[in-house]
Amino acid sequence: MAASAQLLPGTLDLLILKAVSLGPLHGYGILLRIGQISHGALLVEQGALYPALFRLVRQGLLKTKWGTSENNRRAKFYELTVPGRKRLGEETESWNRLVAAIALALRARPEGA
Amino acid sequence: MLAYLRSLTFRFLHRDALERELEDELRSHVLHRADDLERAGLDRGAAERQARVEFGGHARFKEEARDALAGGLLETLFRDLRFSVRQLRKSPSFTVAAIITLAVAIGANAVVFSAINGFILRPLGLPNEETLFTIERASDHLAGESYPNYIDLRDRVRGFDGLAAFIANQAWFGAGGGSPARAWVYEVSGNYFDVLGLQPYLGRFFHASDERGPGSAPYVVLTYASWRTHFLGDRRVIGRTVELSRHPFTIIGVAPPGFHGTVLVYTTDFFVPLVEQPQVEGTSLLDVRGNRWLAVFGRRKGILTNAQAVADLNVIGAQLEASYPKDNDKMSFVLSRSTLGGDAFEQPVHAFVIGLMLLATLILLAVCANLGSLFAARAADRSREVALRLALGAGSGRILRQLFSEAVLISLVGGAIGLWGSVLLLDWLATWRPFPQFAVILPIEPDARVYLVALLLSVASGFLFGAVPVRQVLRTDPYQVLKSGSVSPVSRRLAMRDLLVALQIAICAVLVTSSLVAVRGLERSLRGNFGIDAHQVLLVDTDLATSGYTPDRMMAMQQRMADAMRTIPGVATVGMVAQTPPMHLGWNDSKVFGDDVADLRPGNAAADAIQYSVSPDYFRAAGTALLAGRAFTLHDDQHAPRVAIVNETFARKVFAAPDRALDQFFKLPDGSRVEVVGLAQDGKYTANLAEEPQPAMFFPLRQMPSSETWLVIRSPRDAEELSAAVRATLRALDPGLPASIETWTRDMSGALFPARVAAAALGILGAMGAIVAITGIFGTAAYSLSKHLKDLGIRMALGAGELDVIQAAVGRALRLLAVGSLAGLVLGILASRVLGSIVYEATPRDPVVLIAAVLAMFLVGLVATWIPARRALSVDPSMLMREQ
Repeated sequence: MAASAQLLPGTLDLLILKAVSLGPLHGYGILLRIGQISHGALLVEQGALYPALFRLVRQGLLKTKWGTSENNRRAKFYELTVPGRKRLGEETESWNRLVAAIALALRARPEGA
Repeated sequence: MLAYLRSLTFRFLHRDALERELEDELRSHVLHRADDLERAGLDRGAAERQARVEFGGHARFKEEARDALAGGLLETLFRDLRFSVRQLRKSPSFTVAAIITLAVAIGANAVVFSAINGFILRPLGLPNEETLFTIERASDHLAGESYPNYIDLRDRVRGFDGLAAFIANQAWFGAGGGSPARAWVYEVSGNYFDVLGLQPYLGRFFHASDERGPGSAPYVVLTYASWRTHFLGDRRVIGRTVELSRHPFTIIGVAPPGFHGTVLVYTTDFFVPLVEQPQVEGTSLLDVRGNRWLAVFGRRKGILTNAQAVADLNVIGAQLEASYPKDNDKMSFVLSRSTLGGDAFEQPVHAFVIGLMLLATLILLAVCANLGSLFAARAADRSREVALRLALGAGSGRILRQLFSEAVLISLVGGAIGLWGSVLLLDWLATWRPFPQFAVILPIEPDARVYLVALLLSVASGFLFGAVPVRQVLRTDPYQVLKSGSVSPVSRRLAMRDLLVALQIAICAVLVTSSLVAVRGLERSLRGNFGIDAHQVLLVDTDLATSGYTPDRMMAMQQRMADAMRTIPGVATVGMVAQTPPMHLGWNDSKVFGDDVADLRPGNAAADAIQYSVSPDYFRAAGTALLAGRAFTLHDDQHAPRVAIVNETFARKVFAAPDRALDQFFKLPDGSRVEVVGLAQDGKYTANLAEEPQPAMFFPLRQMPSSETWLVIRSPRDAEELSAAVRATLRALDPGLPASIETWTRDMSGALFPARVAAAALGILGAMGAIVAITGIFGTAAYSLSKHLKDLGIRMALGAGELDVIQAAVGRALRLLAVGSLAGLVLGILASRVLGSIVYEATPRDPVVLIAAVLAMFLVGLVATWIPARRALSVDPSMLMREQ
């Protein structure tokens, strides 16, 4: 497993939206997907997931549907809504800007060096 | 809003469903994890256990999830309440103080509102009361007609489904055996109960068809209360005979519970038909057209407007004026809702209770301002906690909700306690008989409306003072607070808190000023010039006519009674007065005319004078000073020329100047000429302390005989002892003669009652205002001291004097006190004008009141800042510096 990184506050919602954008998932599936797409670098604490999920549902960014999982178990699936997809775009863009800016700032060297 | 409510109810109703869904989802999660673990090689049991452990604190997490899931308002509300209780228990003294001040304020509001409820909102509780109207004269707003005028109005009116009339009176009541007792009787027209639309509780009512001329309907209807007390609720009472004023009456029915007649503040024992008036009172008023003694009310036809009904009445009034010019004038009418005998009586009462309500609301406002500033202070102290919670992600909405639920919790508890206290007080007041000789009741039992208002006031005040710290919390910048350790002082917020304190002090000063005005007014009215000296005087009320004395025997018996009283040891003077003494409820008056007036119609009268028939010794016994001329003698009788003694106002009105009145003549409505032989001092005559100077005239009892005379016995002896002696003496003269004996000062309590109630109510409100002011100033001073303790320590260490320290510690509070008091004083003086109509001689432009108000506020300030100032002086700088 690669070295894991601490989740920055506010990034969990973004990660959930991203994970779900790739296809409907149930809660546990979202955890797995986040681990998978970050190559195991980002670990989401199980307990923190559901409050975030419900919050996103209430904001209308996700919708839910009960269905059957790949393990043949009943599970609640989360799906992106149209506003959810839009939000994901915006958040991704602003995240990239932030990262670029911070990276730029960190590359700075003493003047005249 | 509606959609929100619907979703709220949906959530509430389907809470179990949501809960189950959450449970299902979490279980599904754990099972999926267990599947994975199983695939990794664990056996099923171990896998599930491991999955659960990984998932962590199930319960704690579920709580959070539930919050996010439903935003479940009710649940969070309960949690907020639990949290509030915890918070409040951390500072018990603050909580208790807040609850007590609120309880007092809301209790006061509940009591005053019950008075409004009883006097204004819920008058008599009769069926279809909206079409019942009292018929008042437009000229004086009093309800009063003579019996012949009433009969003409009743028979000719078309705009009403019946006009009824009534008068409250006293009668001697005997139910076989024992000496008769005073009882209250309503003499009512035959259609009285039918116009009111009442059904009897037992037996039957009398009707218009029962009346066939004077004395034709000797029936009596009992009130429910008197049926219970006089007849112990015996259902066989119907058909029994009782004696009223020595005449037999047959009990035919019992009125429904709660109905106590048509005057709001009086209760009665019996209802008898008006045609029995001569039997009950001894003399007949039924054929006198010029005497307005009956209150008339009617049920307006539903299809008419008030204006149409009045027009109808006025047409009849004009006819009656034209037909009987000697007896009738100004017969134009208005309809009124009055249940106190006319708007002239009703308006001051309404103005007063509404004034009280304003003052009570002011107290509540002052308490809210007080608690608001305390809450703001608490919020400032808790800024660190708030900042921490904000930083941890709590929404500011949640924090505000917390603050509000604390405030509302306090206000609800305070309100409940206040309401409980006020209900106790009201229940006591409702059964209280202010003076036994009058059947006065206070119609202020609390009902659902009172409870509702108390609840609304509690919640509203909770939100009001809870809202004070809102802006402050919303502006909290977590990083700033956490960095510096406390809120950096923002001058504007402190100014707002100061404003609240100043406002509160101003309100309290209003209360203190107006209560002082009232108390001072009462004190003056008690010492006022009544034109009599009521101390050491016993009044003995006898009625010879209802005891079977014929007119020719009456006068001799009266003389014998007076002579017998004079033989009682210790009796200085015995006078007689008919029909009621001054300052008793009720009086007689008559128009008087100048000697040169030939046409004796009411419009030509020089004055409407209150009249008394008195014995020669009356003036000495009553303590009324004769300013000029002579007193009556026993020779002023039927054979001598008619004479009178008049008071100064009479002399001024009829003869233009007091000194010109002697030996002049005036005329009475019957045309007889009367010579003025004496001039008496002015006084108060009606039972209204605020009355303007009234013209009054006294006639010799022998020239104007009356069956109902009062003995006025002046004696320095103890009243109890003397009463016993008087009673024994009367019994020796005539064992069956009923008499009521009372000191004159007690008899006057009826007249003094409104002033006393006003002074008591305002005094209590004023004291409450002062207490609220003290807690407010104390709170401010104590709080600012606790904030500046360190600063003070430094000053002291640097050698500041005591005065400087006190100035620094409580100077701000005292400055606020000065500004607030000044504003309140001015407002209070303006507000006190209303009092003038109730409390005799209540004037705010009284130096004593002003000085007392300033002194009271100064005392308030002293009391409130004493402890903080002492604490400031006892600060030990070295200790303080070491501590922090």
